[in-house]
Amino acid sequence: MKTNDVILQTTSKVVFFMIVLFAIHLFFAGHYNPGGGFVGGLMTSGAIVLLLLAFDIKTVVKGFPIDYIILVGIGLLFAVGTAAGSLLFNIPFFTHAFGDVTLPVLGKTSLHTAMLFDTGVYLVVIGVTMTIIQTIGESE
Amino acid sequence: MINLLILPLLIPLVTATVLIFLTKSVGAQRVISVISTIGTLAASIVLLLTVKNEGIQTINVSSWEAPFGITLVSDMLSALLVTTTSLITLCVILYSFRSIGASRERFYYYSVIQFLLVGVNGAFTTGDIFNMFVFFEVMLMASYVLIVIGGTKIQLRESIKYILVNVISSALFVIAVALLYSVVGSLNMADISQRIAEIGQLPILTVIAVLFLIVFGLKGAIFPLYFWLPGSYYAPPVPVLALFGSLLTKVGVYSILRSYSLFFYHDQAFTHELLGILAIITVIIGGIGAIAYWDVKKIIIYNIIVAVGVLVYGISVATEESYKGMVFYTIHDMIIKAALFLLIGVMIKITGTSDLRKMGGLMKKYPLLGWTFLIAAFALAGIPPLSGFVGKLLIVRGGFAEGEYVSSLIVLLSSLVVLYSVIKIFMNGFWKAPKEYPGEDSQPVTFLWVPGAILVLTSILYGVGAEVMYPIISQATDALVNPTIYIDAVLKE
Repeated sequence: MKTNDVILQTTSKVVFFMIVLFAIHLFFAGHYNPGGGFVGGLMTSGAIVLLLLAFDIKTVVKGFPIDYIILVGIGLLFAVGTAAGSLLFNIPFFTHAFGDVTLPVLGKTSLHTAMLFDTGVYLVVIGVTMTIIQTIGESE
Repeated sequence: MINLLILPLLIPLVTATVLIFLTKSVGAQRVISVISTIGTLAASIVLLLTVKNEGIQTINVSSWEAPFGITLVSDMLSALLVTTTSLITLCVILYSFRSIGASRERFYYYSVIQFLLVGVNGAFTTGDIFNMFVFFEVMLMASYVLIVIGGTKIQLRESIKYILVNVISSALFVIAVALLYSVVGSLNMADISQRIAEIGQLPILTVIAVLFLIVFGLKGAIFPLYFWLPGSYYAPPVPVLALFGSLLTKVGVYSILRSYSLFFYHDQAFTHELLGILAIITVIIGGIGAIAYWDVKKIIIYNIIVAVGVLVYGISVATEESYKGMVFYTIHDMIIKAALFLLIGVMIKITGTSDLRKMGGLMKKYPLLGWTFLIAAFALAGIPPLSGFVGKLLIVRGGFAEGEYVSSLIVLLSSLVVLYSVIKIFMNGFWKAPKEYPGEDSQPVTFLWVPGAILVLTSILYGVGAEVMYPIISQATDALVNPTIYIDAVLKE
């Protein structure tokens, strides 16, 4: 018997965007407030898992045609690249740089290379979580 | 360049990441992993020479000053071990080309090997106790994958045991670090050493010392914590086994050496006595195992335990001479164990079995393999011009100088047992009447023999060139005998 989950699917679609926005907020808050790449990534994959619950794997893969293992690789490259950038300037490995930059829309913003590293963490966390869930979900 | 000592960690890390993108093309994976491992080896040799000329190299990661940030320290000991590790990994990768099989190669095999290299090199290089835990985990995670990759029944069974034991020992490691941190309030190894020297070794620190011994003993397989090793190491294919047998237990031994020479050297009557007793029982247990089996893999696996016992005995004597012997023997043992595993791997490929009683007469058709194995066997037992001799000689002389006659004699006699066990392989496998093995002609014997032969050659050069190596080994033991050298290099006082 096929159940009708129209309520679940409709609310998931709305709630998905709220969760993703909250995850991005957590990610950007990381430097001055609780949050950061790890919890942001986990929350983002939580949003995708909600879609997996409401729909099926094929539909979600169609919506997000991402190879999550490649995502892990990209995240690692971000993290290693940020850390190894200091090799170019002959300063100790992993030394970060920061400063205030005036951006066109946002105005005066303080930027830090730790943010790039955190992006790596964010991508790796999403990649690993989704790989685990999809692999277990697909195996018979 | 101030970042030189990060290169043996960074190159394999970047390679491992890049290899994730290339799983479909086995050829590209092979080329990249060989080139980058040669790069790692070159970087570690440059590092070795730099340490030799300019003394201990340190780097404060992220530019935070010594006790507050993570410091990576490369003294002679760690530079030597990093170089040896890189060489062994290179040979194992070469060996894997024709032996591991495409199904494993497509499942991130080379990537995981690079991660293992990151973990081992990192554990040898770090100067921070919690960072050492992290590198242990990097190494162990990679080893979990390597032990289970391929998914045969025996691998699944043994990997469950292996993971269970290591998860427990890792939890103990965290508890031990937490206890140590609550007592001394620092994680930087040089700073910990300095603070322990200030307050003296309180009873709680001796308890922590024993806790560390349990943790590192589980990783390094000393008695009575060796029980998981013979079964777990029997499961994975030969190249993985060679990596495990030569690298993983030595990381445990290195950690015991580091912590017992840098932190817990104030109450030697208790801690080092305990270490000595456990070491001798380890040697005996390993010896019994090595004689008992008729399975080539099992015999060499029990020889790992004998070697761990000898090394830990060298630590327990704790004189300059025994440390020298111990360092000498560690490097010899890493190289020769990898060589032996690769050579018996060729034997298993030819005969299709690891049971000695089903082998025989290989000498007639494969004389080069036979003689290489014989040299490796003699080196393992420590017959003079070869590399096992000097290390054991120094360890035993150190023992006699301290008046520990019985235990030193046991270490000496263990050589006979080791010799008997490997000569048993030689006599039963290479002598006797030749037999017919189905499918032996299709095996790439010469190709597989070369990496083992490279390692045996290195071992011969290492043994014959002991005179050249001696000052380098002395430099490595300086920081062990006199921790202030290490502390001054890190804290720059």
